[in-house]
Amino acid sequence: MNWGEFLHMGGHGLYIWFSYAAATIILGLNVILPLRRFRALLKLDNESTHESTS
Amino acid sequence: MLIKNFQKLAAAKYFYPFAGRLIPWLTGITLLLLVYGIYLGLFVAPPDYQQGESVRIMFIHVPSAWMSIFIYAMMAGAAAIGLVWKIKLADNFASACAPIGASFTFLALITGSLWGKPMWGAWWVWDARLTSELILLFLYIGFMALQSAIDEPRRAARAGAVLALIGVINLPVIHYSVEWWNTLHQPASVARIDGPRIHSSILVPLLVMAAAFMFYFFTVVLIRMRTAILGTERNSQWLQGETE
Repeated sequence: MNWGEFLHMGGHGLYIWFSYAAATIILGLNVILPLRRFRALLKLDNESTHESTS
Repeated sequence: MLIKNFQKLAAAKYFYPFAGRLIPWLTGITLLLLVYGIYLGLFVAPPDYQQGESVRIMFIHVPSAWMSIFIYAMMAGAAAIGLVWKIKLADNFASACAPIGASFTFLALITGSLWGKPMWGAWWVWDARLTSELILLFLYIGFMALQSAIDEPRRAARAGAVLALIGVINLPVIHYSVEWWNTLHQPASVARIDGPRIHSSILVPLLVMAAAFMFYFFTVVLIRMRTAILGTERNSQWLQGETE
């Protein structure tokens, strides 16, 4: 397995790796951003529950 | 009995925990399919005799494009249901679809450009397929912008629904663009009445990646829907129980 050749991809390396990178970034953000918002809302919700019962 | 259970789900109170139980399974399946698909696409699939290694971009480009259209259809269908039967969960689903659909459309356009430059010598051409896919992106963005511009949630949902439904006409245009016009973009080789006409060594990774993206979509849309429910049902009793 020649990694140099694998990265080079017959001259098309840049196009291929940018494509796979774009996919990783875009699909990654689509998971990370909603999850972060979910956790923040969960935290807010728990805080307000404890406030009202304390 | 089955229908009654299905109708129960339409209440956020039941949908929230139901989706919560599904998400881990969907995540697992998505990851397995993604790893297998990328392994097949990068290591197993052979280079094309004309296009060389750049054909590997197809395993991202084509499933993204398929998802961009599929999600729009789902979004418009749900928006119609919300419009007609006033089911909030349908509006929730439609709104959750939009950013994911827009992302896949954008990804299809970018990877298309990155494929077009080495193959056609151009980053962009105003051919029918590319142009109609770009219009799809504008429709998604318009839907999201319209909904965020309207404060009252039900009016926002209705306005977005009307836009989404008007945009449905673009879907057959995108699909048939390669038949109706002289396009640079290649004609259909998979979604054809007489079956696919590409070799299995290329078809299999393609279908695995398509399945991966499909499960990815269902995973993420459920996460978004639960987040939206958390946002709107903040003071509900049932939610206090769920989030302890």
